[in-house]
Amino acid sequence: MKNTFKIVYLIIFLLAGTIQINAAEKVEFLKTDWSFKGLTGKFDRGSLQRGYQVYTEVCSSCHSMKYVSYRNLAEPGGPEFTEDQAKTIAASFEVEDGPNSDGEMFTRPAKLSDKFVNPYENVKAAQAANGGAYPPDMSVLAKARSGGVDYIYSLLLGYEDPPSGVVLDDGVYYNKYMYGNNIKMSEPLTDDLIEYGDGTIASKEQMAKDVTTFLMWAAEPHLESRHKMGFKAILYLIILTILVYFSMKKIWSRIESEV
Amino acid sequence: MSEKKPERRDFLFTASYVVGAVGVGAVVWPLVDQMNPDASVKALASTEVDVSSVEPGKTITVLWRGKPVFIKRRTSEEIEEARAVKMEDLKDPQKDEDRAKNPEWLVMLGVCTHLGCVPLNDKGDYNGWFCPCHGSHYDTSGRIRKGPAPTNMEVPKYEFVNSNTIKIG
Amino acid sequence: MSDHEYVPKSKFGKWFNDRLPLLSLASHLTDYPTPKNLNYWWTFGGILTFCLITQIVTGLTLAMHYIAHADLAFESVEHIMRDVNYGWLIRYIHSNGASMFFLAVYIHIFRSLFYGSYKSPREIIWIIGIIIYLLMMAAAFMGYVLPWGQMSFWGATVITNLFSAIPLVGEGIVTWLWGGYSVDNPTLTRFFTLHYLIPFLILGLVVLHIWALHVPGNNNPVGIDVKKPSKDTVPFHPYIVIKDGFALLMFMIVFAFFVFYSPNILGHADNYIEANPMVTPAHIVPEWYLLPFYAILRSVPDKLMGVIAMLSAILILAALPWLDTSKIRSAVFRPLYKQFYWILVADVLILGYVGAMPAEGLYLLIARVATAYYFIHFLMILPILGFKEKTTPLPLSITEPVLGGAAMASAVKKKESLN
Repeated sequence: MKNTFKIVYLIIFLLAGTIQINAAEKVEFLKTDWSFKGLTGKFDRGSLQRGYQVYTEVCSSCHSMKYVSYRNLAEPGGPEFTEDQAKTIAASFEVEDGPNSDGEMFTRPAKLSDKFVNPYENVKAAQAANGGAYPPDMSVLAKARSGGVDYIYSLLLGYEDPPSGVVLDDGVYYNKYMYGNNIKMSEPLTDDLIEYGDGTIASKEQMAKDVTTFLMWAAEPHLESRHKMGFKAILYLIILTILVYFSMKKIWSRIESEV
Repeated sequence: MSEKKPERRDFLFTASYVVGAVGVGAVVWPLVDQMNPDASVKALASTEVDVSSVEPGKTITVLWRGKPVFIKRRTSEEIEEARAVKMEDLKDPQKDEDRAKNPEWLVMLGVCTHLGCVPLNDKGDYNGWFCPCHGSHYDTSGRIRKGPAPTNMEVPKYEFVNSNTIKIG
Repeated sequence: MSDHEYVPKSKFGKWFNDRLPLLSLASHLTDYPTPKNLNYWWTFGGILTFCLITQIVTGLTLAMHYIAHADLAFESVEHIMRDVNYGWLIRYIHSNGASMFFLAVYIHIFRSLFYGSYKSPREIIWIIGIIIYLLMMAAAFMGYVLPWGQMSFWGATVITNLFSAIPLVGEGIVTWLWGGYSVDNPTLTRFFTLHYLIPFLILGLVVLHIWALHVPGNNNPVGIDVKKPSKDTVPFHPYIVIKDGFALLMFMIVFAFFVFYSPNILGHADNYIEANPMVTPAHIVPEWYLLPFYAILRSVPDKLMGVIAMLSAILILAALPWLDTSKIRSAVFRPLYKQFYWILVADVLILGYVGAMPAEGLYLLIARVATAYYFIHFLMILPILGFKEKTTPLPLSITEPVLGGAAMASAVKKKESLN
């Protein structure tokens, strides 16, 4: 009987192994260091500010970020522009407001309390302008893709010529990391596409890293608080656990035998 | 019961209780604080109003923190009338100068201090406002003169950021 | 229920207790004689109570900000994450708390399976537990719909569509559930209401669950009856309270790692995409704790039979006290059952794994084998084992396995320990 069980366990173990082999056919993402990963991870302010610049100058013409407000740019834990800088940034965009006392809608410069302005009126307008494909909103994009920041970073740098024999439709491009390999966005980044305000060289890799860092902040503006609080919370719990453990031992020592 | 030193045993238990209590407090605070105004509400805590098109004698009403604010550009007669009032005649004595630093502009919460209705402009026996709910009369400085309201209409924090714009709050 | 008369110390206490015996209840609970050989697998009841309270409190505070409308739900969750003071913390505690709740409930259930806690006279406790488990799954399923992401919407579509398998009235039932012709706003608003309600139903059942438990008292690792009170028991307070407290703290450390450092790892990225009725995600997957049942559902090619198989897999547990014919409670003394127990554990883990994979090829084959085995375990192996198994001898008392026979005699002579 014991041998039968040994055989059963062996079968289960082998099955588990085969499944792993079958599953591991995914492409490995490009790796880079992310300053915000790990127990004490924090955002690199400079990278966030550069990333905001890349987003604004390259991506925002098609991609909205509708859950982020201009005031977030000045709040702690983010790019930390000064309040005046953030006000100036906001004021460079026009938002619709109203109706006024004549009953008409009007436009005015954005304020800190406004959300980021959308490039298109609505989803259908966005699709119409982009060959039927909707450029996804970027507010939580870093959490909305499996692989997260590694996936986005790789995708930005993953444009290649299609392998031989593969023919792509008009307006479709080949990307090594995109799920299905076909993407309707043309390669958005090229070296020196923009001039960074802080003088950093705007290589493709640099821009990809900065904008991806910015996207991570946009998706998780409270990441730094979360990491800080987590450190304190877990340290606290460990201390309390130790105290309670010894209290438990003390209490249980009152009875002669422990099982 | 036990041969161990009672003080040491008590210290361990006391320490556990105290450390535990700290944790309970730390947990309670976010649960309470989440009901406080959130960031988006606090961002709308101030409103800037363009008053360049307001003619003398006219009043505009704007929304601030969910409540109406009367902004009146007073004529010199209205200002004089407000300044001439004797303090003894007022239920809630307050000098007009203290209510309107720039006398031409009167900024106050358009909320009757009785039970919260919105008083009507250019009505009432004192050339100011009249609240139709229970008959309170306010003068050209927004002070209560007759009726059940206990205090003058509240003047919020405001400032002129430039000659055309008032920032309230 | 009360073995002794409790007399409150203060006059007010006595006056109040005569009218509503809350103080007597508290005294019963603190003095409650509990077997002193309980191991850490017994701490999960207390942990589950903590989980329920955590979910209710965080849920209540989230509900102050959440908007249950298809056009605003996703946005309101982002508002909570970004603008509400500590909103991100409360939300992540609630979403990860659901996973921790199920982790604890599975350990709790598997403890019962190993030690025979479902056997007579504890059948009703067990059945109430199954009902609590079913309600937990309903609450979790509906809760997951509320953020109105892609998985919320499509998970709701797939699971509600299952009811169409019912002959004759199926389609009507689905339309009735939806409140429309597809999952849409009416579905969302009613799911919110029910999601809010169910935890309080669970709370009531938990009270009954503990009440029913207090009749025979706790089971214990050797599965033999224990007199209460006796030298084999300790009062619940402080012995069990401190032990449950210690275990709870360890549990909270694990919980904290998820909340603060990997809050989205147990979830699905697609749920951060707003629900789109025109686009189906490539792989629709429920949350991890529902995966084994999802695997069973998909392993049967016929829609109705798949639904019946899935439901049977849960309901069969209710019949367990009668399916397991063994007179011996604890697997400690059932060497053959012990082996089959661990195979069942492996089987459930395998089902969970294939539940997350596409239902095709090798995965589908494994799912079918694992599903068949699951039913074979309960319907064939357990009944037969009760008759055929040679069990090892039970100890005379719960302290005997540790102290041995001679020590048992001396333990009897030792002074009375607690009262």
